[in-house]
Amino acid sequence: MTKTVFDDIETLKKELIRCMKCGNCMAVCPVYNVEKKESSVARGKIALGEAVLSNAINIDDETLIKLIFNCLLCKSCMMACPSGVRFDRIILGLRAAIFKKKGLPFIKKALFGLLKNPEMFDKGMKAFAALQGLFLKSEGEKKRTPKGFLKGISQRFDAQFILPELSRESFRDRISEIIQVEKSQTIAIFFTGCSVNYLYPEVGDDLIYVLKKNNVTVITPKNQNCCGMPVLVHGDIETARELARKNIDAFENTKAQQIVTVCGSCGSALKNEYPILLERTFYEEKAKKWANRVYDISTFLLKAIQLKPPKGRVELKITYHDSCHLRKSMKVFNEPRQLLKSLPGITFVEMKKPDACCGSGGSYHLTNVDTSLKIAKTKTEDIKTTEADVVCTGCPACMMEIFESLHRFKGISNVIHTVSLLAQSYKSEKDEKKN
Amino acid sequence: MINQNFISQCKIIFGHENVLTDKAELLTYSYDATAGIPREIPSLVVFPQNTKQIQELIFLARQTKTPIYPRGAGTCLSGGPVPLSKGVVVSFQKMNKIVEIDADNLTATVQPGVIIADLNTAVAKYGLIYPPDPGSMATATIGGSVAENSGGLRGLKYGVTKHYIMGMEVVMPTGEIFRFGGKTVKNVTAYDFTHLFVGSEGTLGIITEIICKLIPSPKYHRVLIAFFDKLENAGKTVTDIIRNHVIPATLEIMDKVTIQTVENYAKIGLPTDVEALLLIEVDGMGKDSVEWEAKTCLKIIQQNNGKPKIAETDAEKDSLWTARRAALPALAQVKPATILEDATVPRTFLVDMLIAIQNIAKKYNLMIGTFGHAGDGNLHPTILVDPTDKDEMDRLHKAVDEIFEKALSLGGTLSGEHGIGVAKLKYLRSEIGRSGIDTIRRIKQALDPDNILNPGKLVPMED
Repeated sequence: MTKTVFDDIETLKKELIRCMKCGNCMAVCPVYNVEKKESSVARGKIALGEAVLSNAINIDDETLIKLIFNCLLCKSCMMACPSGVRFDRIILGLRAAIFKKKGLPFIKKALFGLLKNPEMFDKGMKAFAALQGLFLKSEGEKKRTPKGFLKGISQRFDAQFILPELSRESFRDRISEIIQVEKSQTIAIFFTGCSVNYLYPEVGDDLIYVLKKNNVTVITPKNQNCCGMPVLVHGDIETARELARKNIDAFENTKAQQIVTVCGSCGSALKNEYPILLERTFYEEKAKKWANRVYDISTFLLKAIQLKPPKGRVELKITYHDSCHLRKSMKVFNEPRQLLKSLPGITFVEMKKPDACCGSGGSYHLTNVDTSLKIAKTKTEDIKTTEADVVCTGCPACMMEIFESLHRFKGISNVIHTVSLLAQSYKSEKDEKKN
Repeated sequence: MINQNFISQCKIIFGHENVLTDKAELLTYSYDATAGIPREIPSLVVFPQNTKQIQELIFLARQTKTPIYPRGAGTCLSGGPVPLSKGVVVSFQKMNKIVEIDADNLTATVQPGVIIADLNTAVAKYGLIYPPDPGSMATATIGGSVAENSGGLRGLKYGVTKHYIMGMEVVMPTGEIFRFGGKTVKNVTAYDFTHLFVGSEGTLGIITEIICKLIPSPKYHRVLIAFFDKLENAGKTVTDIIRNHVIPATLEIMDKVTIQTVENYAKIGLPTDVEALLLIEVDGMGKDSVEWEAKTCLKIIQQNNGKPKIAETDAEKDSLWTARRAALPALAQVKPATILEDATVPRTFLVDMLIAIQNIAKKYNLMIGTFGHAGDGNLHPTILVDPTDKDEMDRLHKAVDEIFEKALSLGGTLSGEHGIGVAKLKYLRSEIGRSGIDTIRRIKQALDPDNILNPGKLVPMED
């Protein structure tokens, strides 16, 4: 078996060498834009990778670790790179090497800076891990809001911090595994992702509603797992691989033709990360097969099936935020706009930089609070300028972040998933008929 | 040199958060965008916010004979900001305020860390532009581009950075703060210091404020593209356009290797059997005059057996530009390393230079794609190599030597817009001669007697 970038850091050489240090990545990097430091941007991190490979610095250098984790993985740099440097492989390869040397607890401690209070850290992490689906078997566990647990973990958990209500039954616990419709157009798997499962079950309900309206039979496998993104970005490749294999097994057990996601990060994991993670293994072909069948809900409706356009009026002024992983990894940005603009009654306003990161970056907003808040503030200001009633987006992580920063920076808009607005339109069709 | 005391002093001057000392951070200041030059890790990086701090740093550096390396965004293509003798890198990215936009005097006063594109965004609401547009303008700073006297795509009609700088504030290597020039169009007081400091590559003083000249944004644009079966015809088209008194804002050329590589990469429907293409943009404030210029270009292209296409809509205009924008990205995909040169010749020798480059590529068995600013005679032979292939790297160095030799023999220059820095230092004498070397040294020694400002760049201290 030939080694991949995750198994052997030496294989990064051929990726690193492609960077010509032109600095184009600086124009688009949200972290650099705030910090204005060379190590913030892809070019600087590539130089650090080169230094590791030439033994100019050790992989377990404490500053180096912090710098390598000071990246949102938004992939903006990859869109701007003239040489086509695959920076995602570089940063994940470096993180994997750090993980192998130091392990996850070290990384988390280094990032959260909580060595002083390991007990609280551990409790908090467990609560958060459950929330993020880091545990493989999380079904049935009582979910609770981590706010109390997490106090003191990150500066982000201050008086301003808010989270959606958590102590509810998870989405997958209460939904039937198979929802059969008459005159079914196709059978699709709903890959819920952890955020929808635990935090935004109503987004899941809205998705089911929209798919039912379009005569799609939906399978929501009970044994699906976390997509693996949270462990992958911390360099825990083996867990990410295990999650990927289990999810693929779950897909293989169905007769579905497609997978639908409502989360840019989950979708991009399935579409772009699984084939790399499982490269040169028994699962490679299966990973590729399912990667080709993954659709964000917007592209699914417009490209994979015959859409029954929603006709109900939705009298709202809306703006749209491009989730980084949805736009830059899954390359989905036209379809959500097309769908939203088609809704009767909608006024659509673009914000200044709709594809600028919201500042979330998974746990980045907890580990790198200052930078994340500055990124979030710019996003909030751009949203406020539109005076929109509602910000639509296609990723629950962005929803959570924008929800939080709008509260923090006194915005007035609501945050809604694209699919929820579609469901709202279908629902008001019914009301209109009644009237 | 730098000891703990020096570092503590810097922390007092700049504030703790504006001083980098960790090895991992310092490593990322060991390079710029230049391929194939030495790297060095600085001892310290500082982020100034005001002029006074820089003055204090100079006093400190003079006492200890510590080298200082000013740095903008590090997109330089000649090694300007590389800290060759360790020392302190002064990174200007946080000193980035637009101090004033004076729309009536057509000036903008900026701190050196302002990004060129940001200045253009800020003046756009007054209907004005700051014309110098180097390829890196989305990231490059005004300070860096002033120090390097950067060019760009609009050089033929609008000139380069030096034509848009009216005055500045400089901290001298001896510590004095010196302001010269201003908002007046005319100013002949004293020496023309502006032109001494523009392009001084950080060797004569540290620029801390800049007064830029702005011009009204042209209202009308027409874009044409033309394909030629013979290089000579493309070259003659360029000279004929100028001879007919049309000065296009942009007059770009791409050779066969570049066209084929772009088509292979971007699949935009370029003919791959042609020898050259020209991309022409004419602009101005009057619709009729811009139309006349476009029609004149069209006629000249046809007279020289070129196949032209003129954009009728904005979308078409954009699609014609796609080929040129894709040139560097496409070439950069072919091999791991991309060496971008900027030898420049009088525009009447454009074809001679292009043919010479093709012959050099054949002679040394290298892949060279050439594109560039035909109207300026400013070509970018782009040499694609694998740095791990030692034999290829040897051939590369020989080819570069010959490219410069040829450019000079045609009455051209080593560098049209990238600067000398470290990358072209060894060729300097072949262009400016013994007397030139003596003069540049005397100027350097008079202003920077301790040789603390960007030592090892632009000024060869030893023969």
